[in-house]
Amino acid sequence: MEIPYTVSTRPDTGLWNAKIGIWLFLASEVMLFGALFSAYIFLRIDAAPGTWPHGLLNVPVGTMNTAILILSSVTVVLAWAALKMRRYRAYWWYMLATITCGVIFLTVKLAYEWPQKFEHFGAYIKPEALAKYEQYLGNERRIEKGFEPRIEITGHLHSQNAKEYEVALDPVNADPDNPVMDRPHFFPLPVTDKIATIEKADVQRATMFLPTHSAYFASYFTITGLHGLHVLGGVIVFIYMWLPVSKKLYQRNPEHLANRVEVSGLFWHFVDLVWIFVFPLFYLL
Amino acid sequence: MNNPPDVSQDPKEYEEYAHGIQKHVRGYLMVGALLLTFTAITVALSYVDFGTRKANISIAMLVAMLKAGAVAAVFMHLAAEKRLIYRILIFTGFFVLGLFWLIFLAWYDYPVFR
Repeated sequence: MEIPYTVSTRPDTGLWNAKIGIWLFLASEVMLFGALFSAYIFLRIDAAPGTWPHGLLNVPVGTMNTAILILSSVTVVLAWAALKMRRYRAYWWYMLATITCGVIFLTVKLAYEWPQKFEHFGAYIKPEALAKYEQYLGNERRIEKGFEPRIEITGHLHSQNAKEYEVALDPVNADPDNPVMDRPHFFPLPVTDKIATIEKADVQRATMFLPTHSAYFASYFTITGLHGLHVLGGVIVFIYMWLPVSKKLYQRNPEHLANRVEVSGLFWHFVDLVWIFVFPLFYLL
Repeated sequence: MNNPPDVSQDPKEYEEYAHGIQKHVRGYLMVGALLLTFTAITVALSYVDFGTRKANISIAMLVAMLKAGAVAAVFMHLAAEKRLIYRILIFTGFFVLGLFWLIFLAWYDYPVFR
């Protein structure tokens, strides 16, 4: 059975069907990510002073991933243009470049960024015990300067027993009165070898950097996780269009393949577009 | 930027067409370079203190919207699309703005916002 309007345009809309289909799908995607972003805004505005973390993510790695995604948006549109010019070889290479970019993006996220967070530890100190840990928090100076007080001690969990945590401190807690620590660093500073002993009785909540750590990490893992699933979906579709099966379609009807690449490209650009907002909101601000 | 027209079977017309597409390709490369530049600008601006965090967030979102606009207009061909696509997007924009408006309605429920 011949499916109508896969290549030619409908006389009433001036569009081929898949194009309307993808835009309706993208409209639903805008609502999906819109709901998550509005939840993010809500949680952030409602966060108590000092509870919204800054500078916990690796900015150079995030910047690199942003550049990779932008590069893949360029290569996918070039792949489509190559098909329009009937240059299959160029299309094949551009598509391979797009797939590679998508795979690098996912690998960096899943094999480097996320596991690094899972290994990091944070202990929120009870308000009445904050003064006891002043040497790690530096709140007297911060309050004097008009900054939000620090309420969490972070680093790598060295060891723990029934009563205490031993934490290899992050630089921000190892040297809290250093003005350099007032703002996040572009290149993340490694965990120091200074060990702090924190009594469990003084801790309000202690966890690794998981979604349960804070509203920040809950929204970070939810939004970047859903975004990552979209990247994975795009890569799978692109792999199909790169395999020899698509060459057969190209030989039969090149415009049909060009249209398929266009709609999957539209999806890919949308994924890029979402990341354009995710990157500054979670990594930089 | 208009969308490239469909390819012609006529060799003479094809040459003209391929030349037209090449122009678009140059446009795509330029927008790609622009997006990378703006990414670097976003990162650099985040280390500048604009007085309040709200100011920093507003500036970063402004740059993000410029970047998103370039992706939508050029890569997604929205600069020259058919009317039906714009209609779909107008509805989408209306509902997504409504969704964000709900946050502002919550202003009256939570004293912390005021």
